[in-house]
Amino acid sequence: MQKGISTLRVKEVNENQCHMCMPLGGVVAFKGIEGAMVLVHGSQGCSTYMRLANVEHFHEPVDIASSSLNEKQTIYGGEKNLRKALDNVLRVYQPSMLGILTTCLAETMGEDMERIIRGYLQDHQGLEVDIIPVATPSYGGTHSEGFWATTRSVIVHYARRCVQHDRINVIIPHISPADIREIKRILELFGMQYTLIPDYSITLDRPYGGHYQKIPIGGTSTADIAAMPGAPVTIQFGMTCLDALSPGRYLEQEFGVRLINLPIPIGLDNVDQFIATLSSISGRPVPDCLVCERGWLLDGMADAHKYNAEGRPVIYGEPELVYALTSVCVENGAQPVVIASGSSCSKLRELLAPLMADLDAEPLLIEEADFAAIELAAVAAGATIGVGHSGGKFLTERHDIPVTRVGYPIHDRIGGQRIFSAGYAGTMALLDRFTNTLLEKKYGTYREKKRSEMNQNR
Amino acid sequence: MEYDCSLASGRTGCISERQNSIITTGKNKSRIHCADDSLAGAVSQRACVFCGARVVLNPITDAIHLVHGPIGCATYTWDIRGSLSSGSEMYRHSFSTDLKEKDVVFGGEPKLAACIDEVVTKYRPPAVFVYSTCVVGMIGDDIITVCKNASECYGIDVIPVESSGFISGNKIVGYRAAAEALMKLIRPKPGEIIEKTRKLNFLGEYNLGGEKWLIERYLNEIGIEVNVAFTGDSTVAALKLSPGSCLNIVQCTGSMHWVATNLEKEYGIPYLDVNFFGAENTAESLRRIAAFYDDPEIIRKAEILIEHELARITPEIDKYRKKLAGKRAAIYVGGAFKAVALIRQMKDLGMEVVVTGTQTGKQEEYETISGLLSEGTIVVDDANPAEIERFLLDMKVDVMAGGVKERVLAYKLGIGFVDHNHDRKECLAGFDGAITFAREVYITTCSPVWKRLKLSIGEET
Repeated sequence: MQKGISTLRVKEVNENQCHMCMPLGGVVAFKGIEGAMVLVHGSQGCSTYMRLANVEHFHEPVDIASSSLNEKQTIYGGEKNLRKALDNVLRVYQPSMLGILTTCLAETMGEDMERIIRGYLQDHQGLEVDIIPVATPSYGGTHSEGFWATTRSVIVHYARRCVQHDRINVIIPHISPADIREIKRILELFGMQYTLIPDYSITLDRPYGGHYQKIPIGGTSTADIAAMPGAPVTIQFGMTCLDALSPGRYLEQEFGVRLINLPIPIGLDNVDQFIATLSSISGRPVPDCLVCERGWLLDGMADAHKYNAEGRPVIYGEPELVYALTSVCVENGAQPVVIASGSSCSKLRELLAPLMADLDAEPLLIEEADFAAIELAAVAAGATIGVGHSGGKFLTERHDIPVTRVGYPIHDRIGGQRIFSAGYAGTMALLDRFTNTLLEKKYGTYREKKRSEMNQNR
Repeated sequence: MEYDCSLASGRTGCISERQNSIITTGKNKSRIHCADDSLAGAVSQRACVFCGARVVLNPITDAIHLVHGPIGCATYTWDIRGSLSSGSEMYRHSFSTDLKEKDVVFGGEPKLAACIDEVVTKYRPPAVFVYSTCVVGMIGDDIITVCKNASECYGIDVIPVESSGFISGNKIVGYRAAAEALMKLIRPKPGEIIEKTRKLNFLGEYNLGGEKWLIERYLNEIGIEVNVAFTGDSTVAALKLSPGSCLNIVQCTGSMHWVATNLEKEYGIPYLDVNFFGAENTAESLRRIAAFYDDPEIIRKAEILIEHELARITPEIDKYRKKLAGKRAAIYVGGAFKAVALIRQMKDLGMEVVVTGTQTGKQEEYETISGLLSEGTIVVDDANPAEIERFLLDMKVDVMAGGVKERVLAYKLGIGFVDHNHDRKECLAGFDGAITFAREVYITTCSPVWKRLKLSIGEET
């Protein structure tokens, strides 16, 4: 047995990407703010690609404006085009907040965003819009970091010292709209007042209404964000979030709001932590319906444990989700063989160590992973199931390893926005999907497998 | 809270500068304003030079496609086309030099060289295409020299593709970058002689859903062999034989017209424009190709094939025609070639085309489009979602044909949608494709879900 989690870093070339670019995460975070529109400062292609990725995942129109920089502006500076873009996007979309994400092009050009925006607002006195720039060069991090950086920037922009109130802060990582809705339901079951940011539970998963809204209803209100410093406590699902990017850490350091960092409430142990925290903050017992849901989950875990024990999962994706998914697998006896993330600056390694303590063999941890490395490791380790986003499609196509889809992006299946994994009920749903993926493979192949084993032995 | 767009009256959309890019047939005498850079802040549906170059070259199956830049550009284009391969699956891998901050500061050339070394050592490909991206163009990496050195070192083609996104927001510029890379790839080495044959090259065919295979079957049946398609299901070796063909047939003119004229200039190969979308277009194209070969046997076989296929498919399509008569269609696609083909097919199904637009159409192409449409039809260049929404609602559209970004918009409005984009999985070309297309239009236009959606918002159907 190996000691400690071993790491296989990828080589120079990245072959089949496991992560996306930094501004993409920023787009998702901005879309969770009420009245917000997003503009990407760079080439036309960046915004179009990000729209495409989001449209395929969320099945929603996800409008992203671009400053459409061309060759001349790349040399002489993009201010003029950015101003033109601001004119147009503000006129057509009339947002109350406009997020500007820089691209690698704009950052390499060295665009001074603060100065350009200040100048624009000076020339347009009386304009009722908050403009928030975030530096998100693709070479600076993955979409996970872009998501955290943007959430933090929005809070930094609005948060002001204010009178103490009862509303707790809830800061989420990049999870599905369905999971945001579940977290909100649990908060409400405890009777909590809260400000959840960024809340794209409706903005990126709109019920049918017969029309397209340029800026959909919903999202975290900026008045609530402004009052976050007056909250009694912040719950942040950000175990892997670096302090420099951490919105909760900012509120703690700047305003003294106590920070409770928790794992995403996916998996029995992780949901228990969340529920215990809420029970302690609210001073209320766990509501009956959650007790019941926990009981169903335990019952389901018992029913499925022998099937799950046959699984040898390869888990990949954004670090925060990878941590939660690993926790689910481990507590159900499905011992992970490969754990991978496209990010490198996470705290994944130290966090995973305690989860690994009782495993029969240490799994391979790959940071800054690409799918060439993940596939190679998965096949070598005899993985039998993938857990992660659509990027793992070759695991199935080329190596016959089925994948339980969760995370972002989901572009080869429908319903990425509705993937439900949070809370006791969500964990039960996730576990059923996981177990049934194993069973579908097993029942589809075991007769043939046994027959061929018998023939070989003759 | 709902944000309605504060619109000027009329159909001009929301931004006054866009006014000249929208015309109504029969009413405007003025020419459409097009092929310009996208207006900043207008949420264009267009992409970039890199995108254009990548979609044209990517279907070359056994080449390595290495994107030199930070991760995003490679991630977003990993296996994005529905192009099928009969052999190598190398093109479905996405290689990136994954530039990081230090590379941007100190230059990305060493990393590019190292990445080429790695992929060539690992896969021994016959060619590597190296795509430049925005940052690479900005920091001035000399990819030409890096490629040249690698090419000499390994004795294979390592071809730079000048596709920095900021050069233009118009994919056409990227098509040209790809075309130049292709011309470099196929140019015979000094002293090398490419044998002349009676085969043809099929330009602007990407083998989406196996479309190249189907058309090739027709051509084989009438006695014509295909050398290679540019670039669907192509290999580097087959492309290198393309100068020996006697004819180029050109389908997607936007991406391949320049290649066709240059193949004519350099190798004396004439070209024919063809169109295999729709039964009539397919028949006409086969006749024109047969006529070029000027062989009575080929012409006779072509007529037999056409007669047989039309007799087979017409009753099938008639079934859908009955259901679709009088339905109103909108088209918003990348290039004019596809728009023209779709207008013909929709009209052939008895439908009325009330809106047509493209991302990259040219002046003369818009004139062709307007000529095909009845009076009062909206024609638009480089539309944005706000405009598309208005057109779909104002013109009471029943079904739209377009790409992924338009699909969700149509669905939000309770309108049917036909995927006619570069990642589609269905074969829509040829005689069988005409049935598939009719069925695609039918299942979405006449879906039972729309009635329920409309009822939910109190609208009669």
